[in-house]
Amino acid sequence: MLELSGVTAGYGHFTALWEVTLRIAEGEAVAVVGPNGAGKTTLLRVVSGLIAPRSGRIIFEGEDLAGHPAHDIVAHGIAHVPEGRRLFPALTVADNLRMGAFLPAARSRYRESLERVYTLFPVLAERRGQRAGSMSGGEQQMLAIGRALMSQPKIILLDEPSLGLAPVMVLRVFDLIRRVREEGYTILVVEQNVRQVLRLVDRAYLLEVGRIKTEGRAAELAEQDFVRQAYLGV
Amino acid sequence: MDPIFLAEAAINGILLGGVLALLALGLNLIFGVLDIVWIAYVDLVMLCMYAVYFLSVVYGWPIWAAGLVSLAAGALLGVAVHLLIISPILTSAPINQLLATGGLLFFLQSAATFLWTTDHRSVRLSLPSFEIAGIFLPATRIIPFVISIVAVIALYVFLTRTYIGTAIRAVSQDREAMSLMGASPQRIYIVTSAVGGLMAGLAAALLVFQYSVHPFFGGQFGPLTFMICVLGGLGNMVGAFIASFIMSEVIAIGGVVISTEMGYVIAFVIFIVMMFVRPGGILAKRE
Amino acid sequence: MSRGRLVAAVLLALLLVTPSVPMGGMRQYVLHVAIQIFIWSFIGQAWSLMGRFGLVSLGHGAFLGVGAYTSALLWNFYSLTPWIGALLAVGAAVALAVVLGIPCFRFRVIGHYFGLVTLAVGEVVRLLIIAERDWTGGSLGLTLKTAGSDWSVYAIQFADKRVFYYASLAFFLAGLWIWDRVDRSMARSALEAIGEDETAAASVGIRVTRFKLGITVASAGLTALGGVLYAQYISYVNPDTLSGIGVSLKIVFAVVLGGMYSLMGPLVGTALTTALSEGLRIAFGLKLLGMAETIYGLLLIIFIIFLPSGIYGSIRDALRRRSLDPRISA
Repeated sequence: MLELSGVTAGYGHFTALWEVTLRIAEGEAVAVVGPNGAGKTTLLRVVSGLIAPRSGRIIFEGEDLAGHPAHDIVAHGIAHVPEGRRLFPALTVADNLRMGAFLPAARSRYRESLERVYTLFPVLAERRGQRAGSMSGGEQQMLAIGRALMSQPKIILLDEPSLGLAPVMVLRVFDLIRRVREEGYTILVVEQNVRQVLRLVDRAYLLEVGRIKTEGRAAELAEQDFVRQAYLGV
Repeated sequence: MDPIFLAEAAINGILLGGVLALLALGLNLIFGVLDIVWIAYVDLVMLCMYAVYFLSVVYGWPIWAAGLVSLAAGALLGVAVHLLIISPILTSAPINQLLATGGLLFFLQSAATFLWTTDHRSVRLSLPSFEIAGIFLPATRIIPFVISIVAVIALYVFLTRTYIGTAIRAVSQDREAMSLMGASPQRIYIVTSAVGGLMAGLAAALLVFQYSVHPFFGGQFGPLTFMICVLGGLGNMVGAFIASFIMSEVIAIGGVVISTEMGYVIAFVIFIVMMFVRPGGILAKRE
Repeated sequence: MSRGRLVAAVLLALLLVTPSVPMGGMRQYVLHVAIQIFIWSFIGQAWSLMGRFGLVSLGHGAFLGVGAYTSALLWNFYSLTPWIGALLAVGAAVALAVVLGIPCFRFRVIGHYFGLVTLAVGEVVRLLIIAERDWTGGSLGLTLKTAGSDWSVYAIQFADKRVFYYASLAFFLAGLWIWDRVDRSMARSALEAIGEDETAAASVGIRVTRFKLGITVASAGLTALGGVLYAQYISYVNPDTLSGIGVSLKIVFAVVLGGMYSLMGPLVGTALTTALSEGLRIAFGLKLLGMAETIYGLLLIIFIIFLPSGIYGSIRDALRRRSLDPRISA
């Protein structure tokens, strides 16, 4: 469904990703793990169009989307839950979700999507009038994921969903991501919390200093060596 | 000092504040979304005022029709400014952005001088004056005030209840996140510029009730508008609204107690004092 | 002597003998234009001390006005020699800079916000001058009272333009020297770091407010000095030519047009804008009032959009690219 081929990208003079190649099939849940500064966030920003790659192709359902602007890529069905959630702090939960359905196609199915999100995340339904900025980290993460769902995506990119959350919330969030996955969405998640994310996904890639070092099935990779590698970059 | 005069001044201050609020809110709206200050904003108002003048005085249109044209002209000018001047410099250094709109100010003021000379043009409206408890309230002040308050309410409803209005607020809070929602930033900028321009056009239609237009009108109201925006906290809509009335009150009362000019001077001195106390604006939180 | 030094020396020599060169009756005009260029370049240079580090002031008219009017008023009302008047003028401008700078810098007022605040202050000064018309002359301006002779060092009034020519040239060169000193100093690196990322700079121990205040004070003082010099030359002060948005923007335009980050940028920009406005004025005169300024404004907008690093900067970049291109032999 999504394939990155030889993608090189960076900021100004700095290159964060070198010839990255990876593949995600429809319905899969894939993780990209790696130490801090490996380029995981850059990877997602390139896929979602916030950064244009210097070279390489990003093929989604047969079409090369490299260099397309972000709002166009969303229209193709790629939703990005950014690092740090990036909610609209002064808007209510309901308004944040409304904004998620900006695309015309999404707006016509607005009621349906909203119902689905509220069913998946009952907490959001309860707090629909609350300002997003005043919610707890875990609730914000839920809202960020819900907002992404509102755009009727085919694949969801999640950037460090466990960032800044207490361990209990981390478990809850991963549980929620699992539920989203069960709804049929394809997931690409970038994470530091290797242990947790490997329990969630089918396959994983290890990204180190901008390059893919290893890839494999989650079950096989959940061995001590690999985990140590990812955490320490050894 | 006869208390009647003070009361009259105080009320006139409030009436003036309404129109000033339109200017301040329009400027803030654009800044909040685009992060760029249109230094030439009040000069756009000046252009629309000329439009109202020519349509109503020279061509004999009814004033309300000329006013509507002013609204449309304002919106179109807003979009034009965005496409021609702002869009090319969206990613430039702040100084270049400031200079671009500053250059526009020069250009508009001199073009107006060239086209229409420095003569003051006024739209003379003969409207009744009401007297309540010894205070004279001319309709030329009441009508603009009422319309401006209606407009502010309409703006509020637009920003909070409509989809595109909420989107505008969202962009001002996080531009990048909004593009992840599938919103093309350019579209939102254009709508914002149109709304900002519309408010300028409306302000122009209301200002002709009381003021004559000339090429350097921007010099009269521009700095005042900037000061109101800074006083309320740049980008802060509620702050701008409140600050408009504070400034207009000071100007009105100071004008009656001392002199018109000193009224302005005192208002500006208050502005400078506020910069020490709360550089972030009156509603800014203390760090 | 290096080639650059040689060129500079030759140019300097040319400038020094210019007033004595026969010009067939044009001398007064040429000197007048040259003086204007030197004084406004000096002022532009002062502005660029702040501008190049991201402190974009759109209200330098405030310092100009405070400077010029302080010494002019002290002379007219108290016959205080402008030599001392200038010192007091600089003091007043510095005081204003400190009084504004401290709250602004402590509360991180930067970018557009800072530009707007300075713009407002420039206007406040202008309006104050106009409001206090009883002693400032208001919008009609104030003529410096005459010292009664063609040559008064005490009053800094000289009928011979050549005196002002050499004086303004000296100021201009001093301005270049100061700019160069700042460019080579530790302060420059600190200010550039601050301009790039204030928080990071502060975390490394750079005293952000102190540096910003320092450069602002220097800029304000020098600008005020330029204002005094101009006032003495023209023997007349006017709130619209020496304060307010108009003159503030003109200063900034000239510097940005010429190139804000280069030593000669202000001179190039000022020379060009002066030539442009003089040329347009001669071409159109009073026939089409406002046409000259309209074209001026339009050109400025176009320049800002298409030549963001200024004329001098763009030419320099283009030359540098050529010299780095291996296909082109030096």
